[in-house]
Amino acid sequence: MKEEIIIAGFGGQGVLSMGKILAYAALMDDLEVTWMPSYGPEQRGGTANVTVILADSPISSPVLDSYDTAVILNQQSLDKFEGKVKPGGTLIYDPYGIHRPPTRTDINVYRVDAMEATFGLSNSKGFNMIVLGALLKIKPMVPVESVLKGLKKTLPERHHHLLPVNEEALRLGMSLVK
Amino acid sequence: MTRQDIIKPENLVYEKPRLLNENHMHYCPGCSHGVVHRIIAELIEEMGLEEKAIGVAPVGCAVFAYKYIDIDWIEAAHGRAPAIATAAKRLNPENLVFTYQGDGDLAAIGTCETIHAANRGENIAIIFINNGIYGMTGGQMAPTTLEGMKTSTTPYGRRVDLNGYPLRITDIAAQLDGTCYVTRQAVHTPAAVRKAKAAIRQAFKNSMEGRGTSFVEIVSTCSSGWKMTPEAANKWMEEHMFEKYPLGELKNTVK
Amino acid sequence: MEEDVRLMKGNEAIAHAAIRYGVDGYFGYPITPQSEILETLEAEMPWETTGMVVLQAESEVAAINMVYGGASTGKAVMTSSSSPGISLKQEGISYLAATELPALIVNVMRGGPGLGTIHPSQSDYFQAVKGGGHGDYRLIVLAPSSVQEMADFVALGFDLAFKYRTPSMILADGIVGQMMEKVVLPPARPRRTAEQIAEQCPWAATGRRGGRKPNVLTSLELDSAVMEKNNERFQRTYSEIERNEVRYQEYFTDDADYLMVAFGSIARICLKSIEMARAQGIKIGLLRPITLWPFPSAEIARLSRKVKGMLVVELNAGQMIEDVKLAAAGTDVPIYHFGRMGGIVPNPDEVLAAFMKHFGNESQK
Repeated sequence: MKEEIIIAGFGGQGVLSMGKILAYAALMDDLEVTWMPSYGPEQRGGTANVTVILADSPISSPVLDSYDTAVILNQQSLDKFEGKVKPGGTLIYDPYGIHRPPTRTDINVYRVDAMEATFGLSNSKGFNMIVLGALLKIKPMVPVESVLKGLKKTLPERHHHLLPVNEEALRLGMSLVK
Repeated sequence: MTRQDIIKPENLVYEKPRLLNENHMHYCPGCSHGVVHRIIAELIEEMGLEEKAIGVAPVGCAVFAYKYIDIDWIEAAHGRAPAIATAAKRLNPENLVFTYQGDGDLAAIGTCETIHAANRGENIAIIFINNGIYGMTGGQMAPTTLEGMKTSTTPYGRRVDLNGYPLRITDIAAQLDGTCYVTRQAVHTPAAVRKAKAAIRQAFKNSMEGRGTSFVEIVSTCSSGWKMTPEAANKWMEEHMFEKYPLGELKNTVK
Repeated sequence: MEEDVRLMKGNEAIAHAAIRYGVDGYFGYPITPQSEILETLEAEMPWETTGMVVLQAESEVAAINMVYGGASTGKAVMTSSSSPGISLKQEGISYLAATELPALIVNVMRGGPGLGTIHPSQSDYFQAVKGGGHGDYRLIVLAPSSVQEMADFVALGFDLAFKYRTPSMILADGIVGQMMEKVVLPPARPRRTAEQIAEQCPWAATGRRGGRKPNVLTSLELDSAVMEKNNERFQRTYSEIERNEVRYQEYFTDDADYLMVAFGSIARICLKSIEMARAQGIKIGLLRPITLWPFPSAEIARLSRKVKGMLVVELNAGQMIEDVKLAAAGTDVPIYHFGRMGGIVPNPDEVLAAFMKHFGNESQK
């Protein structure tokens, strides 16, 4: 098993932390994992992306040019990464702010209205967890339980009261995928 | 009294401190370094700090301080003594750690390290020899060179429009919250030597007690660099250096 | 004891490994892409647990001189920075080597020259292995390619530094610094006691305990005859390191027709391109130097007589390739370079394309 994923969007959308949560979930599942961010000033307001690789054997390159799965959260990232999804691969995107939707027909494209769904959430910061829920519904690479276990391990004790909110967002994301 | 009487042990009034070794000092006749070295050696002995003392030597005339005083020494890169002393003291808080620096080392190339070590209140003693000139490299301008003073790089005298003003870095040190004791002394008369010794004793005590940074400036002569006899240099220092660098205590929070 | 498996960045792993190794002091100044080392140490507050000193210095220059001061007292001390900051530290590194002081310096490289870019690069190879500061000296240079090695090389770097009384460097890049991976942290051990330091470092400036002779740590020697003897002693140490401490890792070299040579994170990108090539029946092997100095010249010489061609892949304009060519001197094996600069990291396809450009026709026969 090997899953090469790019998650890309605006800085502040929780792109890097979504990748981190996924990576922790893989750690809980005893998988090998690499998490390689774009870093620097672009984290603060510009575009941000992170490459996450999950595998059941040692991972060679943490840097890739083609991906099994792309999670796309803004137009710039769609323009940059649509062409880099492997044929037969998966592209998940949130249409909020996207005016030129993906056009490829040799990949599986999923539209997930995550931003719109955040308006119904008790915690508006749950956007990236909704997207992660959708990703895991489409590509069940790690069980939801591992995500929750990973979250509990990485969140400081004082933030543990946010665990139910995160689970709510995660399950909402899963329900958005028909 | 015959010579034989004079050298009898019961007539002894002064002897070289044990920690000041037999090596011939390379300092010029009349230089203040020898006196300050002696004070330091005496104090370490008197205060029983031989097994605790770590000196940090500069680049400048006193680069070989470690050859004359028999304690543990670290020879610093030019200007970096306060950074070196910072780590030595933080990692060995029970030790006496002091730097011994000239005006070029402390107030030109090492200004950044000096200010920041003092501002952090590192528990070190900084002994600052200010003779207004670069002695070791042959008499070039120092940051503390007085206006109008001739050096090999200000052959017509220091001009403030070209070279800026003499830097009173000790006054700056006194402004910093991290310093506990800042004083300006000299060693040109027996009375001055006694006062300078008391000041350095206070600085060493502060280091041992962890009171913050102590800063002791010794306004000094450089008869070679100033091209004067030792006696004339002392007189010139009193007349000119003390005007810009007046002696006395600038700060003492330990009283 | 259960293994302590964590998921963390390479920079964070260095900080945790330092605390667990029993490092006495860290002195650093912030610079991207390695600031997480200082940040992690400040957040962990090791002064409350192990007694480790952590200090944000006023500059890189001050930080390396704090390292010099700490090392002079026999303590295990380190600093970290990235390329421009490492340039500022070069004077201090030369002094450490000349005074025969053990210390660890971490360089998480970014692209230069000048302020350059904050993105990954390997353009400080020459600076690290050829002596970036003045004078005839060498640094033990370790090149990690994973977060695990970032953690492990803290202990290795210090062990070698103390064994040979010479500074060592971890030469990492922005990828291993910023990447998160699984890492098994080494078991924690206590810092050395004053007695252990006195025994291990009888040369250290600690105060003349028991009235011993003064210890003077200096790099200055004006008597040329004595200075030459000092230089000869340094060189003997370096020869011993070259004999004993060469480290490298080989992948698929047993049946390789071609060889790639790469260090650090870029070696992993090469490995991926080699996996792709092997799927097409092209047998490429990889030699990854772990110590950049001492350099695995003998092994490269041996392989150079076995293979039909070599490709050196680096994130620079061609630096390590000079040492590869020296190692392979006397053979007529063709040796090419592929590099990207400016913070651009090539992907495995690009590396494979570079290989095919040089060896494509013959390798597919």
